[in-house]
Amino acid sequence: KYEGKKDAQGNYTVSLIEGDGIGPEIAVAVKDIFAAAKTPISWEPINVDPILKDGKTAIPDDAIESIKRNKIALKGPLATPIGKGHVSLNLTLRRTFNLFANLRPCRSVAGYKTPYDDVDTVLIRENTEGEYSGIEHVVVDGVVQSIKLITRDASERVLRFAFQHARAIGRKKVRVVHKATIMKMSDGLFLQCAHNIAKEFPDIEFDAELLDNTCLKMTTDPIPYNDKVLVMPNLYGDILSDMCAGLIGGLGLTPSGNIGDECSIFEAVHGSAPDIAGKNLANPTALLLSSMMMLRHMSLNEYADRIEKAAFATLAEGKALTGDLGGKATTRQFTDAIIEKL
Amino acid sequence: FKPTKYGGKYTVTLIPGDGIGAEVAESVKTIFKADNVPVTWEQIEVSGLSDATPTGRTEEAFADAVASLKRNKLGLKGILHTPISRSGHQSFNVAMRQELDIYASIALIKNIPGLKTRHDNIDLAIIRENTEGEYSGLEHQSVPGVVESLKIITRAKSERIAKFAFSFALANHRKKVTCIHKANIMKLADGLFRNTFTQLSKQYPMLECNDMIVDNASMQCVARPQQFDVMVMPNLYGGILSNIASALVGGPGVVPGCNMGRDVAVFEPGCRHVGLDIEGKDQANPTALLLSSTMLLRHLGLDDHANRISNAVYQVIAEGKIRTPDMGGDATNHQFTRAILTAMENSL
Ligand SMILES: Nc1ncnc2c1ncn2[C@@H]1O[C@H](COP(=O)(O)OP(=O)(O)OP(=O)(O)O)[C@@H](O)[C@H]1O
Ligand SMILES: Nc1ncnc2c1ncn2[C@@H]1O[C@H](COP(=O)(O)OP(=O)(O)OP(=O)(O)O)[C@@H](O)[C@H]1O
Ligand SMILES: [Mg+2]
Ligand SMILES: [Mg+2]
Repeated sequence: KYEGKKDAQGNYTVSLIEGDGIGPEIAVAVKDIFAAAKTPISWEPINVDPILKDGKTAIPDDAIESIKRNKIALKGPLATPIGKGHVSLNLTLRRTFNLFANLRPCRSVAGYKTPYDDVDTVLIRENTEGEYSGIEHVVVDGVVQSIKLITRDASERVLRFAFQHARAIGRKKVRVVHKATIMKMSDGLFLQCAHNIAKEFPDIEFDAELLDNTCLKMTTDPIPYNDKVLVMPNLYGDILSDMCAGLIGGLGLTPSGNIGDECSIFEAVHGSAPDIAGKNLANPTALLLSSMMMLRHMSLNEYADRIEKAAFATLAEGKALTGDLGGKATTRQFTDAIIEKL
Repeated sequence: FKPTKYGGKYTVTLIPGDGIGAEVAESVKTIFKADNVPVTWEQIEVSGLSDATPTGRTEEAFADAVASLKRNKLGLKGILHTPISRSGHQSFNVAMRQELDIYASIALIKNIPGLKTRHDNIDLAIIRENTEGEYSGLEHQSVPGVVESLKIITRAKSERIAKFAFSFALANHRKKVTCIHKANIMKLADGLFRNTFTQLSKQYPMLECNDMIVDNASMQCVARPQQFDVMVMPNLYGGILSNIASALVGGPGVVPGCNMGRDVAVFEPGCRHVGLDIEGKDQANPTALLLSSTMLLRHLGLDDHANRISNAVYQVIAEGKIRTPDMGGDATNHQFTRAILTAMENSL
């Protein structure tokens, strides 16, 4: 739950990580649209270029303080430095702020045709452990063990969040996705926690589905998932959330939120697109939709609804689409079209 | 390897499996018989459902099945149910693959002419390492509420599956092999898988080889599946992608597959589902098992039989009048099977 306070001007302060590549361009688009909608937000730009602290990748102290103070941040794409020693910055951010749940809604965008219509999925991924524990070792040359770690604490935390979120967005069903036929103990524990937590939420219907079946059924027909919140361990969530993004047309259209007990960071999940950076070609939709999730998390729903309506109307109209959606518009023209609708 | 032939016939182990297994196996038997296919079935009833057989009989039947496959070297198999409960047995499907060392699983994903789905022009093969990875079965609880599950990746098995994928691509006139992994996160384990693939790929300059992270691959698969040709990957990703990809061409009822080892080959549906929900209703689509059985026939060099059967299957589906419910029709398995028999007779 967001507990930020308004400043003297009646605005909430949000930490803004513009990010690399196309990050600054799409951030400007969001800022302009927020200003046009008179959203009560003031931005505090921060720099998260990694530093090495005791040999480990870390975020600069002022950035950490900013996010801790504001309890909320909006983030553009960060290019992960390739090479040894550096853990991905996204991972570092999640660990630093203990952002235990990754929230990935995918909704079809009217005006952008894919083989799937009317998709409206909500997926929650455990964000701190599982296959991403990072515990790996070479047993002997040519034999590697990688440890998937499942704990009751982390599982219960993300499962509880899934049920709370279902309530918050008015969905009546939560479904846990697992592979407990094969991973009887680890996924078994996750599943068992789910059964326990479900008892705390008698108003929400709960069931479980084998990962294979979810993959098969969602791809065959995603519509039956429109009334559910899906929750699952880390790796499955990573893969399935991208799969859902594929259903609606890719990462350029999908927002995401990283939720923690104290802070939350909302971000576009696409990369920094170095190939089109600085050319006024980037599509700001994913970051804009992430900022809508952020506004709702801050209980500023009216602003979110208004901006979202303008954005979806602009996309549906199809007159000012960016190149990735098959249009010819620049980032600026697309942004202006939304502002005009506002 | 050369399977043995007695009195002009091959002996093949048949394990119908749980759920709809018995029904679709019946369909294969009927059609083989009608076409005078020189195959004698050695049928073994194994079930993964704990209450299906008297206690003790389950493990025994499993041992019989493994022994039979070792002897005959060739099998046709449905899917065995795996319970979730922790006290329940390990997956028989997995145990069988490990015990017989049938390390390569193949699922052939291809649009069937006339069977309209959301995507066209898909023709890809998913090759999956079948014996290690996340399916190692090594798990422990270090302290209460903390479970560790081990994923094992070895160079030897990574090499073996990569070579299999390259040879498969060459033998089937395919052009591209894509390695699927998550080496950005599992740097050592998937790193080993990917590096082994990349190293070996240098020996196959005639093939285009690339790699892709599994989440991206899943996204690409539902958005632009036509870009894939042969895909090779560790165990768990194989399960995920074969389900996603099967759904693109019509589901588990139509996708054939096979598990290959050095000594034994077991043909089974490529998208492995038990189908308990439609068991006994005469609704199951036998196409997946039938096409798997024609792969078996080609493996034996019985191409004439294989072609006659698969042509008839494709013809009935293309005509579109008699189809099982999963293909959008209302015919029973029996009616569909009968239509295939008629098509085979008419082609003579
Ligand atoms: N918001 C966007 N608008 C338009 N095109 C985009 C957008 N995001 C990504 N793309 C395009 O999608 C493709 C993949 O981009 P992405 O940045 O994810 O690649 P990447 O190489 O993974 O980058 P990174 O290293 O930052 O993760 C590129 O061709 C890029 O131009
Ligand atoms: N040969 C087939 N013909 C028609 N439908 C099939 C066939 N095989 C599987 N299906 C369908 O595919 C879907 C997935 O199968 P199902 O849910 O039974 O998977 P499963 O592996 O048996 O699941 P579980 O492990 O929960 O029992 C079901 O709706 C099932 O009816
Ligand atoms: Mg991902
Ligand atoms: Mg990227």
